Amino acid sequence: MSNYMVNLKINNIPVSVPEGSTIVQAANKLNFRIPTLCFHPDLSVAGNCRVCVVEITGARALAAACAMPVAEGMEVFTNSAKVRTARKHVIELLLSEHNADCTKCFKNGHCELQELAAEYRVGDHVFLDLVKASDKILDISSPSIQKDNSKCIRCQRCVRTCEELQAVGALAVACKGDHQRITTFMDKSLHNVVCTNCGQCINRCPTGALVERNYMEEVWDHINNPFKHVVVQTAPAVRIGLGEDLGLEPGHRVTGKLVSALKHIGFDSVLDTDFTADLTIMEEGTELLTRLKKAIVDKDETVTLPMTTSCSPGWIKFIEHTFPELLPNVSTCKSPQQMFGALAKTYYAQKKGLDPKNIVSVSIMPCTAKKFEANRPEMRASGYQDVDYVLTTRELAMMIKQAGIEFTKLDDMHYDSIMGEGTGAAVIFGATGGVMEAALRTAYEIVTGREVPFNNLNITPVRGMEGVREATITITGTRPEWSFLEGVEMKVAVAHGLVNAKELMTAVRDQKASYHFIEVMACPGGCLGGGGQPIPTSADIREKRAQAIYAEDEGLPIRKSHENPEVVQIYKDFLGEPLGHRSHALLHTHYKPRKRY
Amino acid sequence: MSKTETLVRALVDKHGKSRNSLMPVLQGVVKEERYLSEEAMLEVARELDISAADVFGTASFYTFLDTVPRGSYVIRVCKTIACHMAGKDVVIDALSDMLKIKVGETTVDGKFTLLTANCLGWCHKGPVMLVNDEVFPQITAQKAVEIVEEYARKK
Amino acid sequence: MEHKTIKKVDIIFAKDTCNPRELLSKTLQRNPDDIILDIIDSGLKGRGGAGFPTGLKWKFTRNEVSEDKYVICNADEGEPGTFKDREILDQVPEKVFVGMAVCGYVIGAREGYIYLRGEYNFLLRSLNAKLETFNALMKELKFDFHISIRSGSGAYICGEESALFESMEGKRGEPRNKPPYPTRAGYNHKPTAINNVETLVYTTMITRLGPTEFKALGTQDSRGSKVFSVSGDTPIAGIYELELGMPLADFVDSFGDGDTKAVQVGGASGHCVPRKQFRDTIIGFEGIPTGGSMMIFNSSRSMYNVLHDYLEFFTEESCGQCTPCRVGCQQLLKGIEAVKRGERKPDYLEELKKLADTMKVAAKCGLGQSVANPFNSIVNNFREEIIY
Ligand SMILES: Cc1cc2nc3c(=O)[nH]c(=O)nc-3n(C[C@H](O)[C@H](O)[C@H](O)COP(=O)(O)O)c2cc1C
Ligand code: SF4
Ligand code: SF4
Ligand code: SF4
Ligand code: SF4
Ligand code: FES
Ligand code: FES
Repeated sequence: MSNYMVNLKINNIPVSVPEGSTIVQAANKLNFRIPTLCFHPDLSVAGNCRVCVVEITGARALAAACAMPVAEGMEVFTNSAKVRTARKHVIELLLSEHNADCTKCFKNGHCELQELAAEYRVGDHVFLDLVKASDKILDISSPSIQKDNSKCIRCQRCVRTCEELQAVGALAVACKGDHQRITTFMDKSLHNVVCTNCGQCINRCPTGALVERNYMEEVWDHINNPFKHVVVQTAPAVRIGLGEDLGLEPGHRVTGKLVSALKHIGFDSVLDTDFTADLTIMEEGTELLTRLKKAIVDKDETVTLPMTTSCSPGWIKFIEHTFPELLPNVSTCKSPQQMFGALAKTYYAQKKGLDPKNIVSVSIMPCTAKKFEANRPEMRASGYQDVDYVLTTRELAMMIKQAGIEFTKLDDMHYDSIMGEGTGAAVIFGATGGVMEAALRTAYEIVTGREVPFNNLNITPVRGMEGVREATITITGTRPEWSFLEGVEMKVAVAHGLVNAKELMTAVRDQKASYHFIEVMACPGGCLGGGGQPIPTSADIREKRAQAIYAEDEGLPIRKSHENPEVVQIYKDFLGEPLGHRSHALLHTHYKPRKRY
Repeated sequence: MSKTETLVRALVDKHGKSRNSLMPVLQGVVKEERYLSEEAMLEVARELDISAADVFGTASFYTFLDTVPRGSYVIRVCKTIACHMAGKDVVIDALSDMLKIKVGETTVDGKFTLLTANCLGWCHKGPVMLVNDEVFPQITAQKAVEIVEEYARKK
Repeated sequence: MEHKTIKKVDIIFAKDTCNPRELLSKTLQRNPDDIILDIIDSGLKGRGGAGFPTGLKWKFTRNEVSEDKYVICNADEGEPGTFKDREILDQVPEKVFVGMAVCGYVIGAREGYIYLRGEYNFLLRSLNAKLETFNALMKELKFDFHISIRSGSGAYICGEESALFESMEGKRGEPRNKPPYPTRAGYNHKPTAINNVETLVYTTMITRLGPTEFKALGTQDSRGSKVFSVSGDTPIAGIYELELGMPLADFVDSFGDGDTKAVQVGGASGHCVPRKQFRDTIIGFEGIPTGGSMMIFNSSRSMYNVLHDYLEFFTEESCGQCTPCRVGCQQLLKGIEAVKRGERKPDYLEELKKLADTMKVAAKCGLGQSVANPFNSIVNNFREEIIY
């Protein structure tokens, strides 16, 4: 944005803003909030809902404040009679094509349309009801996402999200006029198209048109069933996001309260996905080193490098559709959620003397794609569905409210054991670059016997919010068995948001870039910005969550995965060694090419 | 390679592999195949590196880029005001009777589709209809039937 | 108000008044700024409906610094009741080409496009043949400018300039936010001069004849003549070039069938003028501007049907992106149906008029903004016909 300042008046109050600012931005500076619906800070400006219209002296028509740049001497009125009439009309019109059954709606209380309707005291009875019966048929084909056209206000935020942030393009606007609608290729169900289930569209949908498939009732039923042993695991990013849905500011860490709330709700055992995140590092780190050894020492041509991470199921489905030829590059490690699931009904069951068929395995995730992942046919290594129910951070917040728990007043509690221990390396899985950092902390030490040469273990080059980040680490002073890596410059790359992943992997495919190891997270910011996290989201909010994650890491006594005592123990008691026979059966998986077109 | 694939590739070669070519490519497919099949749209999406949904969404915006099967001859009778006043209803009824289909339908032999259209730009000579790209102004019910009979005699 | 009596003019369709070789050779000798001054001096305003001064449009585009600039001829003519651009392209296409080439020379563009509505595809063969000759001529004259045709595919909104650019870029024809305007960011987001077919022919003729002859016609605010598409209840439907600034009454005297009850000026998106206002209505930018459509209704016509047709048209042809237009059109259409059927009281029409007023100021583009023109003018003047 330019340094040149523009002077204008809003509601007769003078204000100066940089050239190129919009009227919305100028008004914000004066603490006037102009209502918006199609606008989202992460997306390009559409200017289609028209709820933000304002009056500009001298102009015949009103202007969309989200799109209109300021000009010198401009006089803007945000609440004139003309503006208020138009704004109310726009809201009434939206409601007239909207199935406003708020009391039954998943978004009740979290809906931007509902909020506006309440603010302006308008209902859906002014104009004729235009809701089409056919629009009331829900698309629940996907285990992750529910699409309800009767609640769609055509703001196109989802379409822009899927295209601009995710480069997937599963959603598009079709037809025109009264037939215009948001849909998929040939109106197919979401499950049958290229959708990755990432849920980023949900995070930006202002209404209940796109929400997660929710499984709260099912989980409550199991909790209330005395014959079931319900274990729950919580992903790293949940502990830094959950508070936002329960009255706290973004960036609040609530790990202890989270555990406490889950116990209050009645889960039989409250465990941590961090445990299997650490385990992932052991397996994936070993896999990487093995691939490197085969490539460098054995000159094995069949080995594929770079190796990419595999813990983001949105990323997995994306690569299956978009770059099926690169599937051999993907680590065979399951995601921490699925490793946990497989172990819960084997290792955990054994240790606790439980019949796995009576275990109900629930996970709390910042992610909607994990709901799909849990349902993949490959994910039944224990002989049962490894993870039975996946709830989003948002669903958990709702359950906490349903349970009448005063969250902010809870005392902190500790995770149960076994499989409840996690390190700082596991926590940072929740931020983009975190898996890379955790892997480097461990791999470097395995190879050299020394800690990574970064101040306080913080590998800052792989941190941050740049879409694609690269780093090079020169390996020196190797242990004898790793001497083939002496002097090797380890080249790594990190991408988050599938649009960036696509760019990076296109370069890899076209051999325009060479790396050893790549981390990809489907969601902007990594899991902390996942499709199951509290709404709203913005760069600012994601930044605060990232800070919380790194603070959590620094506050933990153990910050390297290979030092997690429970991890050491499980290899001793159960798994043998990384990539060993049992690991293979329980912790690794394979992928299937899917069609993009 | 299927016929459709060959067609799409030829069109992409002709117009260029960029988004700006999308309209001419889709128009080319419709000219040959009368509508955009799923296969055709997928092929266009692949060739131009656009998402399939986007191709469908864009095509469906345009009245002439049909995404449902159409007959060899697509009849579009103007239904807008001047032609309305000049008697488009009797023309449509006559064609509908003759072809035994309603507006929006295609004859079983796949030869004719009967559609209506918005103003075709011949308001001083309504009613008017298009058969594919050919225009027929100042028609009557009888003339319309004769014109269509003429097409029916073509192979 | 200044007004003229009805006068037929013969500038546009006059044969043998345009020798492309001669005109272009002459043009290429001139300073572009002088040409712009002539066009500004002539007072020519765009004939596509919005009436923006053409000379200024060229000047703004010329002033932009850009490697790529474009000239676009808007031949998407889709306004119900308008058919003059088809006739111009059929009769005197060279005059259109010359106008584009002059514009290209003036603004510094190397590419020109004619966006021809898909409904006029039957013109393609002959237009392309003539273009080939014309493009060869420009090559011969060592003028680096090339014109080609892009077809539409049946979407009225693509006549709106920014929707037209989107369409040419292979997207849905959804109008863009403005600013930026086309002179800065048009096709491919490069500076673009987009002009109506008829406008371009006038620029050709002004280049040939100088501004004086053109300026002598019309009124202060509406210089020159204009091609009118006359249809409806008239014994002499067709295309007429008339001097601007005539009172509607004179027009009706010449073209009506003796029983005229209303004239829709400017197509579906224009105004409906009832008999009692014929005298006081001037056809021109100071009165009722028009893209040239004059549709005449006699007393046998139901104005409910007329309005219903228009609203159906807008409901279908709205691009659908913005709330006031997408939903507003449907509400107006279903609203008058509900009133007609007695499901809503007649005073619901007042609610609908307020809604139309909101559409006028809050819709994103000219389509939604102009629905209030026919709606309010018909409802105000023919309220009984709408209700009963
Ligand atoms: C809905 C809508 C449809 C339009 N259709 C046309 C059209 O078919 N032809 C045209 O020349 N201008 C049309 N316009 C006006 C164009 O946006 C633009 O103003 C015009 O092409 C500029 O050329 P001019 O200055 O020569 O009139 C339309 C505008 C709107 C809002
Ligand atoms: S989407 Fe919002 S306004 Fe609509 S029913 Fe749900 S809560 Fe209510
Ligand atoms: S879940 Fe992700 S991939 Fe699927 S439609 Fe939404 S944004 Fe697109
Ligand atoms: S689904 Fe949601 S985000 Fe998408 S257009 Fe509808 S309301 Fe907007
Ligand atoms: S006014 Fe109508 S045509 Fe124009 S942008 Fe809005 S919906 Fe589209
Ligand atoms: S928020 Fe400005 S138009 Fe939607
Ligand atoms: S109304 Fe039928 S051609 Fe114009």
